Amino acid sequence: MQGIPILRMGEFLLVTIQVDMHDQLAMRLQDDLTNAIAKKNAKGVLIDISALDMVDSFIGRMISDISGMARILDAKTVLVGMQPAVAITLVELGLSLPGVATALNVERGMQLLRKSLDESDVDPTKR
Amino acid sequence: MANKTSISQALGKRRSDIHSQWTKQLGSTLGESSKGRLSAAEVSQQAEQFLDRFNPAVQSQKLDDINGSEWTEVRAFLDDLSRRRVAAGFSSDETATFIFSLKRALFDILKEESAGDAAQLADNIWQATLLLDKLGLYTIKSYQKTREEVINRQQQELLELSTPVVKLWDGILALPMIGTLDSARTQVVMESLLQKIVETESQIAIIDITGVPTVDTLVAQHLLKTVTALRLMGADCIISGVRPQIAQTIVHLGVDLQGVTTKANLADALALALKRSGITFSRSN
Amino acid sequence: MSTRQSGELPLKSEHDIVLARQAVRRLAQECGFSLVDQTKLVTAASELARNAYIYGGGGTLQWEVLLEGVKQGVRLTFLDSGPGIANLELALTDGWTSGQGLGLGLSGARRLVNEFDIESTVGMGTRVTVTRWK
Repeated sequence: MQGIPILRMGEFLLVTIQVDMHDQLAMRLQDDLTNAIAKKNAKGVLIDISALDMVDSFIGRMISDISGMARILDAKTVLVGMQPAVAITLVELGLSLPGVATALNVERGMQLLRKSLDESDVDPTKR
Repeated sequence: MANKTSISQALGKRRSDIHSQWTKQLGSTLGESSKGRLSAAEVSQQAEQFLDRFNPAVQSQKLDDINGSEWTEVRAFLDDLSRRRVAAGFSSDETATFIFSLKRALFDILKEESAGDAAQLADNIWQATLLLDKLGLYTIKSYQKTREEVINRQQQELLELSTPVVKLWDGILALPMIGTLDSARTQVVMESLLQKIVETESQIAIIDITGVPTVDTLVAQHLLKTVTALRLMGADCIISGVRPQIAQTIVHLGVDLQGVTTKANLADALALALKRSGITFSRSN
Repeated sequence: MSTRQSGELPLKSEHDIVLARQAVRRLAQECGFSLVDQTKLVTAASELARNAYIYGGGGTLQWEVLLEGVKQGVRLTFLDSGPGIANLELALTDGWTSGQGLGLGLSGARRLVNEFDIESTVGMGTRVTVTRWK
């Protein structure tokens, strides 16, 4: 089974979720991602969901889990590209994804990651 | 069992008489209430057009079910008629009068044509009554459907007009809320605001609630939903127009604003937004 | 009230859940739902389909397009013959968890639809019916 490709963008990793996720694929992604963070010493992960027209609690949990795992590996996660209809539905569903940083798109996401890296260089407690 | 051919026979033979009696009836019942919205010529023409379609449908002898294909043209005509009446501002019974006033004309002609056969006449009149009642009811339903569509559209337009999203600066949007914030309104607000965020690639949204009369638990919930949705799309929110009373209400209700900054007025909110965006202005002297 | 179209889909695998989502999306689009309403219905369907598959041990989705006077809507029924839910009230409150769930499935899905109905018998199975009107 082919996993979701993980791209390297400098010190960060970019994952673009385009297909309908299911259990196996999600497990595979978490595996691949945590391995990649460790191996490439990545400082940040961008999860691009601009192609998703729906996010349910399963995918929401997956995103939260990835964020948690990344944090333990000392990398920050930014979720980018959520569609308006999806945001409205998630809020109604009761999911607010606390602890997951967000940005409008990949570019903004990278800016956010770079900024937080700069800040934590100055003050390590600010991660 | 009624001799069904009698109604269709009467219609076929005495159509123009039926038409003239009917239009006379319509003239007297609709006359005053129409208040110039409908001319005699229009009424006559509509009656003519109806009979054009009514006649073949009756000739088909399928008088029990007006939903069949024999009655499609008639139903389509009544739908169109209802639409026009709604647009002209007529009431539902004024509209249904079109059909019900046909009864008198039809009964008179049936009486003349039944040549003293009372039993036959009674059957035919009963048949005609049932048919025209069904058509009359159909007309009313059609009228109501059109009215609902108009009302829905107007509500939607009103909602959209009352929630304009304004771009204050590059990356900064403002949304002045005026009036009560209920769940329908919140939906519209969220949709237009988030859409604008995507279009303008804005990062800060200022929601001004100066025009919101009361803030209770529900309103606070709706506001928080909007704030959360904005966050999920990477935008920050500042709530302005928070009067001292509202501040008290929020604390008393135990509402957790989840770190959203609030300001007393729009100007202060804008100043903060500009600062957060790293924009400074300088006066040139 | 008359039913215009209806159908049934199995929920016996992860792939079935994907297919079910796509079918619901198509239904909502054909009924002219707004994008947000489509997304809400599809998301609710995804939650409930997943429940039927994971907790219910596999099940079925029955769908109907409804026409009530002027109103048009979509009705979805999720059936499974799984263990059933012992405490429905508890299951419907936010934050309840069983197994691996986030605990939001049922109560969250309820907020996304106009009508929500659930019947469950321990040892027999569960049936959840949701309706969204245009």
